[in-house]
Amino acid sequence: MTQILPNNTAGERKPWRGASEAPFVRIRDLSKRFAEIPAVDDVSLDIWKGEIFCLLGGSGCGKSTLLRMLAGFEAPTSGRIEIDGQDLSNVPPEVRPTNMMFQSYALFPHMTVEANVAYGLRREGMRRAEAMDRTADMLRLVQLSGLEKRRPHQLSGGQRQRVALARSLVKRPKLLLLDEPLGALDRKLREETQFELMNIQDRMGITFIVVTHDQEEAMTLATRIGVMDAGRIRQIDEPRVVYERPANRFVADFIGTVNIFEGTVDAAAPDAMRVRTPEGPVLVRPLKGLRHNQSVAVAVRPEKMSLTREPTGADNQLQATVVDYAYMGDVTIYKLALPGGRTLKVSKANHGLEARPISWDEPVHVGFSTAAGVVLTA
Amino acid sequence: MSHVAGSPRMSWRRWLVVAIPMLWLGVFFLLPFIEVARISLADPALARPPYTAIWADGRFTGDLENFLFLLSDSLYVNAYLSSIRFAFVSTVLALLIGYPMAYAIARAREPWRTVLLFLVILPFWTSFLLRVYALVGLMNPTGPINQLLLWLGLIGEPLVMRQTDFAVYVGIVYTYLPFMILPLYAVLSKLDDALLEASADLGAHPAVTFLTVTLPLSLPGVVAGAMLVFIPSIGEFVIPALLGGPDTLMIGQVLWNEFFSARDWTVASAVAVAMLLLIVLPILWLQKMMEPAR
Repeated sequence: MTQILPNNTAGERKPWRGASEAPFVRIRDLSKRFAEIPAVDDVSLDIWKGEIFCLLGGSGCGKSTLLRMLAGFEAPTSGRIEIDGQDLSNVPPEVRPTNMMFQSYALFPHMTVEANVAYGLRREGMRRAEAMDRTADMLRLVQLSGLEKRRPHQLSGGQRQRVALARSLVKRPKLLLLDEPLGALDRKLREETQFELMNIQDRMGITFIVVTHDQEEAMTLATRIGVMDAGRIRQIDEPRVVYERPANRFVADFIGTVNIFEGTVDAAAPDAMRVRTPEGPVLVRPLKGLRHNQSVAVAVRPEKMSLTREPTGADNQLQATVVDYAYMGDVTIYKLALPGGRTLKVSKANHGLEARPISWDEPVHVGFSTAAGVVLTA
Repeated sequence: MSHVAGSPRMSWRRWLVVAIPMLWLGVFFLLPFIEVARISLADPALARPPYTAIWADGRFTGDLENFLFLLSDSLYVNAYLSSIRFAFVSTVLALLIGYPMAYAIARAREPWRTVLLFLVILPFWTSFLLRVYALVGLMNPTGPINQLLLWLGLIGEPLVMRQTDFAVYVGIVYTYLPFMILPLYAVLSKLDDALLEASADLGAHPAVTFLTVTLPLSLPGVVAGAMLVFIPSIGEFVIPALLGGPDTLMIGQVLWNEFFSARDWTVASAVAVAMLLLIVLPILWLQKMMEPAR
């Protein structure tokens, strides 16, 4: 990833690491079944005030259903949702302290931008003049001043996205739910809007729960990520922990690219543990609680492997042949074949214009340190 | 911007596409209308056809006498006003009954949705005349409705339903209800659920959501349905003839009487032309109303 990751200001405060602060959103044993098929399966989750929590997963993993239960559009089959100590199980959407930004934006096509944003305030019974003042402030914040009288169909996709954001923020909800907020935007606009979203979140101090299938978006925005699969949460952690220390094979494989070596625990030394694999022994950092001969997997990210023509003396060494490669500018991604036949992916940083870059069919040496591998037991 | 028009061949083809409906309307609407308009300007004559020519010896001999006659006799003005009243009240009733039905069908799950839509269209499979006769039978003093009410003890003697304005309203609303339901269904079924959820999310109770989101967005369907009920109702002949009483006055009956009983083709044609104008004007007005919504 070439883009510079912004620093989450909310990330400086990490209440989920200590137990002193009570969670703001408390989800307990939450399940939702549609005709006996579980969409959300026994999810428990705590989210603290001021977080940008990303629910990340592929389509059909249950992340949108979970969000819709928080908004009140779906009733849970079982389990509890509490926000700020209030049980929301039987609270209809119109009286919940949450607002939602819809994936399709769901702007009212027969109303102006201004009327769309003021809609929620007017429903609270706020007087017209006051509602219009608040609306104008909100439109200024999302940089839409001057477009008050336009209708949604007269706006660009990016402008519509801002109207939807303004409309969902104007009531200052305790919790803002965002369903693929940047999904409909093109790449450049998406990157700009990510920063803006974080800026606004920081300024207004609202807790965000964001549903996304885009891992880059989740990495950039989130204070923490919940990776979902088949209705269950497979790992909840800070973005860099999810990437560097995935909890299981699913998360390791889902986030980024990974090479997985299946094997069994062989012998542990104080500073390294050996895992027996079909590709040869792999040395990793020792992990407590493992039995001898227990089957485990070692996950190694492509950028943590070195690729050279000569052996390097790294902790782990493998010989391979180049099958294919793709020059990406900042890195070149190599697809390698091991003698056993399986393939590896290795990315090599490009430091300049090489006279003779490693190319097809060349025999190469792959190396990685004991620290590079992550042992997965699940 | 000359390039917008495209090549000459393209515009020729475009003309062909427009020409077919134009030709159809010309042959089946415009020519007969010109004929009727011509007769309306002529004088009656004891001849075959029973009217004079409006063009004789190179001179225009027609006049507006027949139209002036319509204004002079209160029967015609009353019949027009009464027709508008019947059509208007029937349209409002059809809207009040049709809207909830269309809404329910649009919200129904498949396969119910298809079944319900089919049921709305089903009456068209029987002759319209037969269905109106069936209503006559139902509303007879000895008909099943009266017998049921008598049997239940709700009434002491049979209600007079046939040959009243009430029966005419029942007939018109029953006959034209599908024309109200179908356009309403078309707009309501396209309504995005996310808009209703967004409204609820922003604090609107379901009733408020209906008034602020559903109803305004279904307005094109309301207008289309209202036109489809109102316009044919004004000129309705069969329903008042079969279900109406001696006092029921509608312009379609007057037209029939002038043509076939009085055999005064010239006045009858004037009634027809005036009726057409009476129908065209509300259409133009409604279309004007619709413009800002687009």
